[in-house]
Amino acid sequence: MNDDSLSNPVMTAHKVSVTYGDKCAVRNVSLDIGRNQVLALIGPSGCGKSTFLRCLNRMNDTIPSARVEGTITLDGQNIYGKKQDVAQLRARVGIVFQKPTPFPHSIYANVAYGPRIHGLARHRADMDELVQVSLARAGLWDEVKDRLSTPGTSLSGGQQQRLCIARTIAVNPEVILMDEPTSALDPIASAKIEDLIDELRENYAIAIVTHNMQQAARVSQRTAYFHMGDLVEVGPTDRVFTNPQQRLTEDYITGRFG
Amino acid sequence: MNRRVLRKIKNGAFLSLSLVATLTGLACLAAILWTLISHGVSGMSGRLFTQMTPPPGSQGGLLNAIYGSGVMTLLGILIGSPIGVLAGTYLAEYGRNSRLSLTIRFINDVLLSAPSIIIGLFIYEIVVVRMGHFSAIAGALALAVLAIPVTLRTTEDMLNLVPIGMKDSSAALGAYPWRTILSVLYPAARSGIVTGLLLAIARISGETAPLLFTALNNQFWSTRLAAPMANLPVVIFQFALSPYNDWQDLAWAGALIITVTILVLSISARVLLALLQAQRGS
Ligand SMILES: Nc1ncnc2c1ncn2[C@@H]1O[C@H](COP(=O)(O)OP(=O)(O)OP(=O)(O)O)[C@@H](O)[C@H]1O
Ligand SMILES: [Mg+2]
Repeated sequence: MNDDSLSNPVMTAHKVSVTYGDKCAVRNVSLDIGRNQVLALIGPSGCGKSTFLRCLNRMNDTIPSARVEGTITLDGQNIYGKKQDVAQLRARVGIVFQKPTPFPHSIYANVAYGPRIHGLARHRADMDELVQVSLARAGLWDEVKDRLSTPGTSLSGGQQQRLCIARTIAVNPEVILMDEPTSALDPIASAKIEDLIDELRENYAIAIVTHNMQQAARVSQRTAYFHMGDLVEVGPTDRVFTNPQQRLTEDYITGRFG
Repeated sequence: MNRRVLRKIKNGAFLSLSLVATLTGLACLAAILWTLISHGVSGMSGRLFTQMTPPPGSQGGLLNAIYGSGVMTLLGILIGSPIGVLAGTYLAEYGRNSRLSLTIRFINDVLLSAPSIIIGLFIYEIVVVRMGHFSAIAGALALAVLAIPVTLRTTEDMLNLVPIGMKDSSAALGAYPWRTILSVLYPAARSGIVTGLLLAIARISGETAPLLFTALNNQFWSTRLAAPMANLPVVIFQFALSPYNDWQDLAWAGALIITVTILVLSISARVLLALLQAQRGS
């Protein structure tokens, strides 16, 4: 099943199960996240993709009924260990959600929010630079450089999503998780985000949940297929899409399912 | 065909009913305002704001009462609203469904609809009786107790309206809950929380019963918080019931002052919020 264990993964999930109350949402999943590559998580609605993704930076801690078993390591360190500081973990593993949610602040303050929390810029000039670099990496700088003090909410949906990506990049994470980041966007805005993901791969490890097969094929190097809480198959994207080894995967990819 | 006609009739009937209800409400409001203005304006003069409440038959104003109302309302809000806002924050962000929050929420709802005279009696028992006399501070405390449930409820409701994604995004950047609350949730819920504060001010600045048992009244100029203090509601109550014409005129003028103050306060706060919002977004 896990036919391509990576030699030097940045994150490793080992036998991870998640339950909400007595409902099991993710069952016994072992999966690596490789450096400088994009991992796509695909599967029918409700199969546990978001749940698994949210385990990777402990966003599930905010849901009282959620319980996580198994181990997840980041650079070899157990992120569910007693010594792990959750705020610190989230600075290293950022997440971008489906719906862009700019804070009720200016564009500048949206990007500066994370760095301020973690004390990443000592002087105003450092912060200015960090904000500019983050916006530039998210491909938004040219569009907003003259209006940094206007509200983040005044941007279009696609721009807001790139602002959220800039906000995540600004704390300089090692891993970026994305949960259907383009499902609320039109094709042009989606294409921009896809290009961006491809560029971000140079510096970050990325895991992205998507319902769009073409998108998964375009942006990812590895693909994992989930089905009702189980990880059915994981492998190089080309292989999974052209020559899936499991019947379930094939049915889903060819559109006979979900 | 038949059904369509029926639907149209139903729609028309419902529309006219809501219209009648709206118009009735507006007409009552207009009538109240009109009475207030027509009676109050005749009593309006510069003396109102420069002289103290007079004995019957001589000239005077409402200065001591206006000052007292201002001071006690301000103190009431300063004491009550932080408690209300913080408790509302606890219910919305930390407690949620714990046994403690369910209890607090229930008690708060009771408090919200409790007759204000009972609040007055409560403060009378625990403050006035112990001090041995009426005082402005007792009045402010009674008003604070009235302000708590209003601000608590609106704060909780407004925080619950903030999209969950906003909170998650802040947590996802490594913010602890206190920082998320201060830097994201309060700004996002700002206009709602401020509206709650205004509601509280409007509610307590017109209350008579709780002050009757606590601050009572004072014919003279007094700024001592430990002594009885004049205030508009009690003066209005006393003067309006009196047989003296000049006292009655002052009562009308006082009622107009309270109403106009609240109106101006609400409108200017709304304008201010709109300006702020245009500047900083949502
Ligand atoms: N907060 C929650 N409380 C209880 N059950 C939940 C919660 N969140 C998700 N679940 C359940 O866990 C299962 C997996 O949900 P999850 O959101 O991970 O699916 P998903 O693969 O992301 O689906 P989608 O593609 O629709 O986003 C579902 O059956 C869902 O009902
Ligand atoms: Mg999902």
